[in-house]
Amino acid sequence: MNNSVRNTARLLGAGLRALLVLTVVCGVLYPLVVTGVAQAAFHDKANGSEVRQDGKVVGSELLGQRYDKGTDAKGNPIPDLRYFQPRPSAGLGSNKTNGVNPQYDLQVSGATNQGATNTDLIAAVKERKKWVAETYGVPESKVPADAVTSSGSGLDPDISPAYAELQITRVAKENHLDRAKVERLVKDTTEGRVLGFMGEPRVNVLRLNVGVKELLGAS
Amino acid sequence: MSPILAGVLQLTALVAALALAYRPLGDHMAAMYSSRKHLRVEKVIYRCIGADPDAQMRWPAYLRGVLAFSLAGVLFLYLLQRLQGGLPLSLGFASISPDQAFNTAASFVANTNWQSYSGEQAMGHVVQTAGLAVQNFVSAATGMAVAIALVRGFARTRTGDLGNFWADLVRGTVRILIPIAVVGALVLVACGAIQNFSGIHGVGQFLGGTQQTNGGAVASQEVIKELGTNGGGYFNANSAHPFENPNGFTNLFEVFLILVIPLALTRTFGRLVGNVRQGYAILATMGVIWLGFTALMMWTEFAHGGPALQAAGAAMEGKENRFGIGGSSIFSVATTLTSTGAVDGFHDSFTAFGGGIQLLGMMLGEIAPGGVGSGLYGMLVMAVIAVFLAGLMVGRTPEYLGKKLGTRQIKLAACYILVTPTLVLGFTAASMVLPDALGSMLNTKALGAGPHGFSEVLYAFTSGANNNGSAFGGLNANTPWYNTTIGLAMLLGRFLPMVFVLALAGSLAEQQPVPETAGTLRTEKPLFAGLLVGTILIITGLTYFPALALGPIAEGLS
Repeated sequence: MNNSVRNTARLLGAGLRALLVLTVVCGVLYPLVVTGVAQAAFHDKANGSEVRQDGKVVGSELLGQRYDKGTDAKGNPIPDLRYFQPRPSAGLGSNKTNGVNPQYDLQVSGATNQGATNTDLIAAVKERKKWVAETYGVPESKVPADAVTSSGSGLDPDISPAYAELQITRVAKENHLDRAKVERLVKDTTEGRVLGFMGEPRVNVLRLNVGVKELLGAS
Repeated sequence: MSPILAGVLQLTALVAALALAYRPLGDHMAAMYSSRKHLRVEKVIYRCIGADPDAQMRWPAYLRGVLAFSLAGVLFLYLLQRLQGGLPLSLGFASISPDQAFNTAASFVANTNWQSYSGEQAMGHVVQTAGLAVQNFVSAATGMAVAIALVRGFARTRTGDLGNFWADLVRGTVRILIPIAVVGALVLVACGAIQNFSGIHGVGQFLGGTQQTNGGAVASQEVIKELGTNGGGYFNANSAHPFENPNGFTNLFEVFLILVIPLALTRTFGRLVGNVRQGYAILATMGVIWLGFTALMMWTEFAHGGPALQAAGAAMEGKENRFGIGGSSIFSVATTLTSTGAVDGFHDSFTAFGGGIQLLGMMLGEIAPGGVGSGLYGMLVMAVIAVFLAGLMVGRTPEYLGKKLGTRQIKLAACYILVTPTLVLGFTAASMVLPDALGSMLNTKALGAGPHGFSEVLYAFTSGANNNGSAFGGLNANTPWYNTTIGLAMLLGRFLPMVFVLALAGSLAEQQPVPETAGTLRTEKPLFAGLLVGTILIITGLTYFPALALGPIAEGLS
């Protein structure tokens, strides 16, 4: 009996020592080496691909943001139509609402997790479709799917080229800009698939809106 | 170019890249696990452990090593989370509650990475990097070690020795996982994944003001989470988060990392048993299932069935624009067939049949190609069953790779394949009769109420017991009931099968080889690969069809 207890303890000790030494290798040395090289070789990307305009950081190229002007009586945000609008982000949460580490104000990335038969999702999609069609003056059949669905992260930085094109006229009008210039901006900002076949074509919304501001400054 | 064609091209490129890596990586692993030399850094590690890497272990000793190491892992990770509030470099985040800390510790040690927390608001740098990411390495190396022990059981004769667990664990970590991870992490950073140790800081926003955000060692964790088929995201959105997976190329690269070791291990297996064609038969079985599932997934996702997706015009709910439907379909099949559980699009919002494919993929037992190591040993157990069935058909004693499959071997294989169905169906059934458990279902608002909610619960236990870790996120799994039961399902679903695998390995290694005769089943031929695919599908179908009929099939047909 005593012997087996001693053997078990010895074995557990070996397991614990193995874990600790591998923690030093994989959990301390490895991330430090990778961070060191990454910070030296890819400094901007390793720190979140921040975009600057007029010397000020205006966000990360990789993270979507909202372009709203305040909220309505019910507390729903009102989209600022001077700027290109991103995808819906109904799955995006906040640590304020669920009370985890409330000293911060962090976004919690995520999706709605609503299934294709969820009545809330069906209603939301139909409502958004109607709003996009009315706001931008296009038939509902022309509204692309990404304009009416929430992304996986809630932080999708991109919209589809179709959704960007559909917004051109309104954005130009709201800013009193030449439509051709805004059209040009969308075309220049559109990214194709990586190497022609990986992923999907997309337009970065922050880049678009930085471009809109530049056009305003120039005119 | 149409999105469908782009999807097919991405799949083709992926197959080509995997084919290129197959031989060099498989041969490297075979040579490494057979080598008698120790690297200098390995000698230092063995000295710290106090283990003799050249001592041979019989199966009970090997198993004790696995269990002792894993138990130490659970305890350490549990304590790290419980003490987080007092540790430096924790961003000031509070300690994790006991049931959630147990669930997370079990999850990461069992190579599952089920997460009932949201990474960006709960886990600081220390827990993420020195706790969770470490288990991403070592739980993967443990799985590979057990697989190699089983292969040695087939390859060795008249000995009970299966090798040395400590040596296999350390070599897998130092000579395979770390080198690939370092290169892979830098590739991800070059594409935009973040890698820093910033605290929580404000980032200026376009319309003024700032948004608080946390930095982190994301790329270094992302790469091992895919490579080790772990799947636990740094952020709540997992690989859908742009900081984890910035563009279409990284998406495909991450799928490559998920699949490369499980597939290449079939080459290692072939090398070690002295006939690479035996490995090709296993590879073909895995490949047929994987490609078939991917084709089905693309078909159902591009067809976007279901009222909400029909109204939207495409199955883009829960998916990111930069990956699109093709890239997300490829990722979701790879992640559910490999016990990874990382997601680049949210499975709960896939079409009903898409969700069914994900579920079925996990129910196969994570063997096509499966988790690192666990995929190979799971598939070899299935091969044992297939050889046995073939033996029954012709009425002769079954033998595989020169080893007789007698009563003991078949009993162990049968026990292996009973573990996860028992856990999945037992816990799901219990959850269906407990009011508290039922209250966690989000999609009770679904049309025809029941099926999608049932799918969510079935998915949770399937994912846990098979060590996948992905979720139908509509289920609120952060309750004491789900944290505890899924935690148990993950631990039992990981370690009980390992007991049977190592016992099987031990009983095989002791045998005398049986000479090959004209009557021996040719297990390196396509006919056997076909028989193996059939065996897997029939066993899984018989086990899970009633449950699938109540969930995704009922929803998809309604």
